[in-house]
Amino acid sequence: MSKTVMEHADASEVFNRDEPYVNWHDETLWFVRQKRDKSSKQLPEWEELREAASGIKHYVLSHLDELLVSFEQKAKENGVQVHWAANAAEHNEIVLGLLKKHKIDKMVKSKSMLTEECHMNEFLSKNGIEVIDTDLGERIVQLRNEPPSHIVLPAIHLKKKDIGDLFHEHLGTDAGATDPQYLTEAARQHLRDKFLTRRAALTGVNFAVAETGSFVVSTNEGNADMGAHLADIHIACMGFEKIIPKQEHLGVFLRLLARSATGQPITTYSSHFKKPREGQEMHIVIVDNGRSTQLGRKDFRNSLKCIRCGACMNTCPVYRRSGGHSYHNAVAGPIGSILAPNLDMTKNADLPFASTLCGSCSNVCPVKIDIHDQLYKWRQVLAKEGHVPKSKEIGIRAMSTVLAAPRFYQWSGRLGRTVMRAMPFMVNNGLNPWYKQRDMPEPPKESFRDWYVRNRKN
Amino acid sequence: MSSRDSILAKIRQNKPEEAALPAVTTFASDFENTEDKFREMLGLIYTEVIVVKDLEELAQKAEELYGKVVNRATTIPALSTWADFSLNVSDPHELETVEIAIVQAEFGVAENGAVWVSDQYLPHRVLPFITQNLAFVIPRNALVNNMHDAYVRLQDTLGWGCFIAGPSKTADIEQSLVIGAHGARSMVIFLLEGE
Repeated sequence: MSKTVMEHADASEVFNRDEPYVNWHDETLWFVRQKRDKSSKQLPEWEELREAASGIKHYVLSHLDELLVSFEQKAKENGVQVHWAANAAEHNEIVLGLLKKHKIDKMVKSKSMLTEECHMNEFLSKNGIEVIDTDLGERIVQLRNEPPSHIVLPAIHLKKKDIGDLFHEHLGTDAGATDPQYLTEAARQHLRDKFLTRRAALTGVNFAVAETGSFVVSTNEGNADMGAHLADIHIACMGFEKIIPKQEHLGVFLRLLARSATGQPITTYSSHFKKPREGQEMHIVIVDNGRSTQLGRKDFRNSLKCIRCGACMNTCPVYRRSGGHSYHNAVAGPIGSILAPNLDMTKNADLPFASTLCGSCSNVCPVKIDIHDQLYKWRQVLAKEGHVPKSKEIGIRAMSTVLAAPRFYQWSGRLGRTVMRAMPFMVNNGLNPWYKQRDMPEPPKESFRDWYVRNRKN
Repeated sequence: MSSRDSILAKIRQNKPEEAALPAVTTFASDFENTEDKFREMLGLIYTEVIVVKDLEELAQKAEELYGKVVNRATTIPALSTWADFSLNVSDPHELETVEIAIVQAEFGVAENGAVWVSDQYLPHRVLPFITQNLAFVIPRNALVNNMHDAYVRLQDTLGWGCFIAGPSKTADIEQSLVIGAHGARSMVIFLLEGE
């Protein structure tokens, strides 16, 4: 993470300098969204599935303590060691402690947004532990020394030329080679060597089942399984909201997850871990890190239903045109923007404003989180608590003055239309944020009110 | 107070009012022909489905498809003469040179082409991932319609088990689909008749 964090709007401005690139990024993600649509429409029960998923998660939120205790007990009976971390620092210390105990200084890791949230790689690296991300997209961004820009598609912001150059430098592929097949093969060889030589593997958790003490990890590449089944010690890290009551509920969630994420009916691998294999140690780290606070925020607790499919990002007009890194948070996009303020209101006050409130995110969410309503509600909270940026505050105050005085409103509308017609340069310039990347519209000749007043007399 | 207890205490204090589980959490899929759907879905993920009438024909097909490959492993006794790589190793790392593994699995799911395999069928968990190519053998009548049906059938996951749908893949480079990320580069499913 860089030291100086740019606000979303400023970072987006940088992102938008290269128009063909932004268009490509936009279209690529929209294509993923369309695959989701096609896939979801194959199931006549899609809406009922979403309703069921949301309902199960609602039950989870209201029984979290019991479900976690049951999960812990079952997992222990299965021979799995369970750890609890109140925050990111404690999580990182637990992982470091386990590695130190086994005198391990190299580890493979499959995708875990939680460890991104905790900045675990950075911490372990400072403590002499080398962590290799094994998901191809994550390995790519790791070699570039940057965080993932999308929770499901970590390198979606990169063109194959960027990756070709990167692999040429780090993996010795041919200069100028950009064929995805060739580049993926190079990564396969490079990472196979890591899988075969690392004694510890860390994975995320997609779902943890209270009834059985087992957990499910979904991948397309097979990297979680390659790591976990070869390592002496498997550490699985989960935010506590990953819990679901029963194994049969996996039927609901696995049917929704991949269809919402990429349009696949299921990921290639849905691995169910219950007991360590003979001679192996298995650990689960259950992490709070602000989740219990979010649970107490009535308006925002539904964000904890999230199953991290990324559908809200793929559909979001702002995400598609500003890129994941503009959100300066482990989870970007609409869902990231309602999770981040809970972690740090000051640092993330800009994110709930990175939305048009169009509601598309809520429409595609497989667990029916009211994402756009929460974005709107966070704005109220942030303004009340004094976290709204000065420029926005001045604008909003001016706006409320105008809107509160009908005569002044009419006069300023007329003035605005006249100015736009007579002196277009007054608005078509760099000082007007609405002029960026777009032309101002033709001003209408009269307002609706003027038109109405005139026509009613006839 | 331990972190465990403080987390649980905070949850108890902050959790919403009691809500009940939804009444309906399973749905039926109405496919005209379950096997056709299974085959169709696997076709979309680059997996061939081959019906064999008995173990003899299975051995024949195995020879036809993979006879020239070196390092052939299997968990199926009837294929033991076909195999040239013993799975009787103590360290799973020794499986790194397996080129093709033909593995008995439990059942398939028509809506997504996934096959369930578990500890019960495998001497080493890593086998279906580390092998360069993979083939499953399941009874022809062991197909369910969807994931709800799958979990009805799957009373217990034992120690470890996995739904595997097709060969390993990635699209992390500019959304171009590449088959063969870390796991198997190809997949065949044999549907075994009778028994």
